[in-house]
Amino acid sequence: MAEVALRQLLVCCGTGCLANDARAVADALETALQDANLDISVERGSVELKRTGCNGFCERGPIVKIHPDDVSYYRVKPEHAESIVASIGAEPYKPLLFRGDDKQPVTRQVDNPFYAHQTKIALRNIGQIDPLNIDDYLQAGGYLALQKALLMPTDEIIAAVVASGLRGRGGAGFPTGIKWRSANSYPSLPRYVVCNGDEGDPGAFMDRSILEGDPHSVIEGLAIAALAVGAEQGFLYIRDEYGLAVKNVAAALQAAADCGYLGDDICGSGRKLSLEIVRGGGAFVCGESTALMSSIEGYVGEPRAKYIRSVERGLWGQPTVLNNVETLANVPYIITFGGAEYAKVGTAGSKGTKVFSLVGKVKRSGLVEVPMGVTLRSLIYDVGGGIAQDRPFKAIQTGGPSGGCLPESLLDLEVDFESLLEHHAMVGSGGMIVMDDRSCMVEVAHYYVDFLCGESCGKCTPCREGLRHMRDILAGICAGHGQPSDIDELEELAFCLQEAALCALGKTAANPVLSTLRYFREEFEAHLNEQRCPAGVCPSLTVMQVDSEACTACGACFKACPVGAVHQLAAVGAAAAVDEHQAGNDKKADKPRYEVDVMACTACGSCREACRFEAVKAVKKEAVCA
Amino acid sequence: MVEKTEAEQIQEIIQHYPGQRRHALAAMQDMQHCFNYLPRAGLVALAEHMHCPLVQLYSMATFYKALSLKPKGRHIIKVCDGTACHIKGSMSMIDGVQRHLKISPGDVSADGQFSVETVNCLGTCALAPVLLVDEKHFGKVTLGQLPQVIDSYKPGGGNDG
Repeated sequence: MAEVALRQLLVCCGTGCLANDARAVADALETALQDANLDISVERGSVELKRTGCNGFCERGPIVKIHPDDVSYYRVKPEHAESIVASIGAEPYKPLLFRGDDKQPVTRQVDNPFYAHQTKIALRNIGQIDPLNIDDYLQAGGYLALQKALLMPTDEIIAAVVASGLRGRGGAGFPTGIKWRSANSYPSLPRYVVCNGDEGDPGAFMDRSILEGDPHSVIEGLAIAALAVGAEQGFLYIRDEYGLAVKNVAAALQAAADCGYLGDDICGSGRKLSLEIVRGGGAFVCGESTALMSSIEGYVGEPRAKYIRSVERGLWGQPTVLNNVETLANVPYIITFGGAEYAKVGTAGSKGTKVFSLVGKVKRSGLVEVPMGVTLRSLIYDVGGGIAQDRPFKAIQTGGPSGGCLPESLLDLEVDFESLLEHHAMVGSGGMIVMDDRSCMVEVAHYYVDFLCGESCGKCTPCREGLRHMRDILAGICAGHGQPSDIDELEELAFCLQEAALCALGKTAANPVLSTLRYFREEFEAHLNEQRCPAGVCPSLTVMQVDSEACTACGACFKACPVGAVHQLAAVGAAAAVDEHQAGNDKKADKPRYEVDVMACTACGSCREACRFEAVKAVKKEAVCA
Repeated sequence: MVEKTEAEQIQEIIQHYPGQRRHALAAMQDMQHCFNYLPRAGLVALAEHMHCPLVQLYSMATFYKALSLKPKGRHIIKVCDGTACHIKGSMSMIDGVQRHLKISPGDVSADGQFSVETVNCLGTCALAPVLLVDEKHFGKVTLGQLPQVIDSYKPGGGNDG
């Protein structure tokens, strides 16, 4: 019975695919496999079904892969189960294969442009292994790095991480090895290690994906960090909203302890480490290290001034190392293959790979891991396939609420920690949100400030009051009653925040405003001077209009309007609006026309999105209502 | 009778944790999951168990978004307003929910059936715009589909279990 399955059917069960009913797909495949395995043929051998973590291409989920044949199916539904099982070891089932712009079916994942440009280190196991089965992780070389580290002197472990050039993936980009060395230099005991899984940046979900899909790699990384700094206790702080991540990490901790990789005697070495999960309470500021530690201690998650760094005095006043999920997932690789090997990838100042969540108005969105130094253009066009519906590119927002928006002229920028900072954006946690000409940059700036305003803990005045004031100014500009002095005032407030706020949340809070002002000032000016929103987004300044010349009378806008503001008019010539029934009769005679009731229009843009003929246009509200 | 059950449930949750301050948040989260809000009796009992002033627990209850002092609806509709969802029209989605249920984000419907909230990011950005009802994600939702999704959680609807 020790028969090893020849083939594996890997069903992606990440949160994205689960939202698309992956569980039903997996169940249907299991049933279909059982039925099919009754008459196992020698050539096809036995097939094992595995529920894996996220493959990254969530947009096309659920994803099912056949291993080792390297066949990938996308947008699988339960009813496809039999066809998929029939295709195992045979001709691939064509309707579910990936098709690019040339419409040719792509069988192998490496040939799929979304994956072809990726280099996977942090995500190396995700989508390949069952996160709930530690044997899968062990077969993939798991916990070998920990065993190797147990035999290494502390200095050597730290030296390897320093040599790798690994920098914190959570936002600040501080060199991980240096942080470890520094914590190690304080004689005070006990010391603690903490994994920061309080992923709060809107638009970034790599930490969730790693915790769900490969929890052992994070646990192993954290265990190695503990060895390096001499900690015997550690915490994984994970957002409570990430239910599946909490569940999978809890199961992985138990399995690792059962196998002796955690506990009172790690692999018989006599070393101790106990790890536990702390569920975050849903406060963005808790991503800030000192706030997170305060939260772990059981208090309100407010940051403190960092005159003394947490590597010296962190949790309960003891030396504490805090690393991000993605950072820790890289650590086992570095210990196994050596720092020099890791440092071969990347740029001079930023080594290795970075996981980005490429989302927004891009054709292929999802989670991608690319070497540091890749250009924005390559990310958007090679990996992402370009802008959705082939609309013009306007901006890419990087680094979440602490980052900035970069314009088209910077598309050839090579992405690393330094280059983005130089242009007033940042790598941050790795959100990459692509925006097209239908995204209003003033509204985006308002969005981030409004977000941070809600998340500011309120402890320091510049952040609490400054953000509120900035939000009011930006809301005024969006509503069309901005003052000419607004831009100067925004810049002044931004400067004040940068200089005087207590923590990184406040210090970087003005970045989205400053970068949009820098690169998209003309949009601010259009709002201020002409009461016009060029992107056609701000509802106070915009209404939709149907261009009767371009309109083909398909009725898509009419169906899409959620408030019934699109009216069907009688055939050309008749002026009065008629009800739907009558219009149906008139259709044969002549095509109907559509018109937007400017008083009822909420400028939500549903009609504009629905129109395939560019016949719905956003126009300045005043021009129509006057 | 009902009160006694609540008290028992509270004790069960609290006794699961040692009386150390650092477990306060976890115990409060469990209470929130259990009752859909933090009953005052629960906070009082927890303060006693943790040997800390009630006011400190109150400050946590009002600080962390996951905790609430008011009962929430039977079904919690979370409209994601992360950046990816935002630029794909989450504001219209919030308006749409408001129009359909006649309640604003943060409120509970009169019949206690629904709570509406906006959340920062659900981490399913590739499916934007996203709606989370209880534990179920609805990805790439259009304004047209919205009433149908919500109605399935009304009494007698397919998802009102």
